[in-house]
Amino acid sequence: MSQIIIPVVLVVVVGLIASIILAAASKVFFIQEDPKFILMRAELPGANCGGCGYAGCDDYAHALVEDPDGVPITKCAVGGPACAEKLAEILGKSADGMEKNVAYVMCNGTTNNAQKLFDYADIPTCKAAKQLFGGSKACPNGCLGLGDCEAACDFDAIHVIKGVALVNRDKCVSCSACVKACPNNLIKIVPDKAKIAVRCHNSEKGADARKHCSVACIGCGMCQRTCKFDAIHVENNVASIDPAKCKMCGMCVVKCPTGAIQDMLHTKEQLEKVKTTLAAMEAKEAEKRKKAALEAAAAKKAAAEAAK
Amino acid sequence: MAKYVIIIISMVLVNNYPLAQFLGICPFLGVSKDSESATGMGIAVTFVMVLATAVTWPIQQLLNSKGIGYLQTVVFILVIASLVQLIEMFMKKNMVGLYKSLGVFLPLITTNCAVLGVCISNIDSGYNYLQSLFNAFGAGLGFLFAMILMAGVRSKLVDQSRIPKSWQGVPIVLLTAAIMALSFMGFGGMFS
Repeated sequence: MSQIIIPVVLVVVVGLIASIILAAASKVFFIQEDPKFILMRAELPGANCGGCGYAGCDDYAHALVEDPDGVPITKCAVGGPACAEKLAEILGKSADGMEKNVAYVMCNGTTNNAQKLFDYADIPTCKAAKQLFGGSKACPNGCLGLGDCEAACDFDAIHVIKGVALVNRDKCVSCSACVKACPNNLIKIVPDKAKIAVRCHNSEKGADARKHCSVACIGCGMCQRTCKFDAIHVENNVASIDPAKCKMCGMCVVKCPTGAIQDMLHTKEQLEKVKTTLAAMEAKEAEKRKKAALEAAAAKKAAAEAAK
Repeated sequence: MAKYVIIIISMVLVNNYPLAQFLGICPFLGVSKDSESATGMGIAVTFVMVLATAVTWPIQQLLNSKGIGYLQTVVFILVIASLVQLIEMFMKKNMVGLYKSLGVFLPLITTNCAVLGVCISNIDSGYNYLQSLFNAFGAGLGFLFAMILMAGVRSKLVDQSRIPKSWQGVPIVLLTAAIMALSFMGFGGMFS
């Protein structure tokens, strides 16, 4: 019996001694932390995700205490604007500049829209599916629809619906976990106020893209020509919108021949209105151009006659 | 005196922990990306190894006297973990500069097998107290040495060589470690 009791007692005693020493040490070596640090650390979410670029919430709070002017208060994506506001309050700064960001999935290749090459019935992750001929969809860039992003999300903010991932903007905290998880790099972080976005990432030539998905961006450049604000550009056969320049007028949305641009702002009726205004504007412009051409021809004729 | 020199040389070259005994591989591969953090990690490990030996050697004598030497592993882990915690608190208060440079690595070392390994190998080799301390110091130096070598090779690997795509990242690091281990095997048999 003592063979069991002595070791057990001894280990317990060693553990107790260690814990007593540590408890005493935490008193002896107690450091008076900056009260601002304690307050800010309490406001930070404590997820220690490292998304801010510092080694955990403690480190970020320390950096803020040491250099409140140089370190931005808007780094915490998990806490979002609410957290930035609290931090600003503690530091006595204003919280402007923090805008809510969300993840955005650049694909609308639902089971109805996208061509399917074969049925995939192996390991149910996007990463595995990508290994086999780049996934079961004909589009080489499309959403694989097996939910690697859904599994990566800690906030229940992204779900695969009808074969395509969709972000719930209310729940998303823009932690970028899904961005990293997507093997096709389909997800990007955009400002929440960007309500118009190109919902496609297909870099194939127009004809192939159209064949593979009915709502693909075919890179025709119609949107680029329509945009009055230089906000949308076609690059590598796919359009993308610069949220800093976009005024969300909706003109590219009505002009897109395949409907690849998603509009979360306007209703159908409003878009109809945009369409008629745009048509009127274009008619006016065409008339102007016609007039100018006629005038130029007349002037040329007159000049030729005068030369005679 | 010669005995102590032999202990140190054998721990640095012949029985180098990461490269010949394959202990502490995790930080050896993980923290060797740049030479600055590799050096920091190496110094922190050396420091903890010596301190852990200073504490665990007497404890082993206590365990032996009670006839329960088999509890070695459990008690050592417990003691090393709390020791590192204590050192961290002490440094945070009194050696702020050192804490800032080692701070991130200290918690990583608590459960490092190289630290536990050196404590156990002291006992198994039958060293006395002073020899154990030298053994621990030599093991730490060897670890530091291997870390610096690896970090040097890795910085060159990334910058200057065109590695085939399938070999980039972990594969080439493991291969590098293998070749380094191979060359360290050349020191084997220096001391009988």
